[in-house]
Amino acid sequence: MQNVTNLAAPVGSLKPSSRHGKKPVRLSQRLLVISAILLSILLIGVPLLVIFTYAFREGMTVYLTQISQPATLHAIWLTVLTAIVVVPINMVFGICVAWLVTRFRFPGRGLLITFIEIPFSVSPIVAGVTYLFLYGSQGLLGPLLENYDIKIMFTVPAIFLVSLFVTSPFVARELIPLMQAQGSEDEEAAITLGANGLQTFFYVTLPNIRWALLYGAVLCNARVMGEFGAVSVVSGAIRGQTNTLPLQIELLFNDYNVTGAFAASSTLALIAVVTLVLKYLLERKQLV
Amino acid sequence: MSLFSKSSQRGILPGFGLTLGVTLFYFTLIVALPLLAMLYKSFNLGWADFWSIISSERAVATYRITVSAALLATLLNALFGMLLAWVLVRYEFPGKRLLDAVVDLPFALPTAVAGLALVTVFSANGWFGRYLEPLGIKIAYAPLGIALAMMFTSIPFVVRTVQPVLEDVATDVEEAGRSLGATNWQIFANIIWPAIFPAFVAGCSLSFARSLGEFGAIVFISGNLPFETEVMSLLVFIRLDEYDYPAAAAIATVMLVIAFVMLFVTNSIQAWQLKYAERN
Repeated sequence: MQNVTNLAAPVGSLKPSSRHGKKPVRLSQRLLVISAILLSILLIGVPLLVIFTYAFREGMTVYLTQISQPATLHAIWLTVLTAIVVVPINMVFGICVAWLVTRFRFPGRGLLITFIEIPFSVSPIVAGVTYLFLYGSQGLLGPLLENYDIKIMFTVPAIFLVSLFVTSPFVARELIPLMQAQGSEDEEAAITLGANGLQTFFYVTLPNIRWALLYGAVLCNARVMGEFGAVSVVSGAIRGQTNTLPLQIELLFNDYNVTGAFAASSTLALIAVVTLVLKYLLERKQLV
Repeated sequence: MSLFSKSSQRGILPGFGLTLGVTLFYFTLIVALPLLAMLYKSFNLGWADFWSIISSERAVATYRITVSAALLATLLNALFGMLLAWVLVRYEFPGKRLLDAVVDLPFALPTAVAGLALVTVFSANGWFGRYLEPLGIKIAYAPLGIALAMMFTSIPFVVRTVQPVLEDVATDVEEAGRSLGATNWQIFANIIWPAIFPAFVAGCSLSFARSLGEFGAIVFISGNLPFETEVMSLLVFIRLDEYDYPAAAAIATVMLVIAFVMLFVTNSIQAWQLKYAERN
């Protein structure tokens, strides 16, 4: 993406600079660039800056005390655990979907591609509510589960399930365009030469899609760790038990523990920055 | 024989049954079943009850507040997104790559963190709020805050849909226009704008759809007052908190229907965009 931008850019400056030397930058161009940068700083940069400023404004010691509160530590652990459970499952699902819709033609294929994207368009709150009406005591399967003494709502598994829902399309949507563009000739050759399905996948397909797969996983991970609405419906938000990091932030904020809320936020903001760096690096990898 | 005809139809690659099975099973279990459970709950209410819940004064107020804030947020993002896409594709300047990467921050940053940051910056004694509130511009705990939260969380949509199309605008047509004496404005209005318009509309509809369902960033900044700063998603949450499950199901169903309509609209726009791109 970056390279494409740079290739297009000399055309954009409208005169080949090699022939006429450096063309003086027009005033309108300078104004547009400056206003774009200024607005980005105000709207995107400042909110990021405020998180770290407020987290550290009472000094490193206070920051460390806040971040190592048992409830916050537990929230960090639960958030990481959720990512460890959810991301691999949705990677497998993404690979399955992508293989299915890019390697085969079948009736309903177009519809399936649309359906897979549904979780992207559903509000996180609605996602949480749907699980409540499936597994909750008022829900469809609630009475049945109660008979067997199984409780899903307001427990950690409910957080896993709703996170699976919200992030199920992430990996698939990165893989489908790539595998579509690559075509299936390589895999067909491998099968013709006697490789079995698994060998074909691991030695032919996977090396071709690994960066896109990782890219999808990084985006999926960021969303899992940051999900708020859906998790807040199903988790019950029990301190030190079913509170993920975003919920812990809200709780601390409502307790008027602003520094604590910002300290907890700073960990998620750091993950967001790392996500952007990884995204940038992986986008470059994909072009090579 | 039947096996042979099947494989010739599908090509020689294995895994059709396996991937179809896994996909359908997982999708049914994780996505379809919960959605159907909620719709079933809503249908069980009966039309009269359903209608009285979704047409109650408080619910209608949330539709009005949500839709107007989402429209404002989308309008601002349309302008800001076009500016960013234009600058990132057309110009060279120091820090361009950083700007290109930073545009995605609102998608990477958890909505709760975004909400916390925005309310802190725009509250009465915050970095921006202390200058804005004396001017009579109240953002935190006001309707404008809702629009701001929606705008922040959907900044990347317009940029990322317009950017690739703008890169592909045929420069030979542009230069032909220029050599025939067209002004910059004429070139933009007659060559560039028609080419990027479908992508621009698609980006706006994605941004609008996302804004309608936003929750995390809004709860921090809106103040959450019924009839004033209460959005749809928040009303659903409040009804759940009150154990009024039928009301939560009914309003969530309205949100789901709106989401499906927006999905359909966006898909149609993108199909149109694809056809449009092929024609040119």
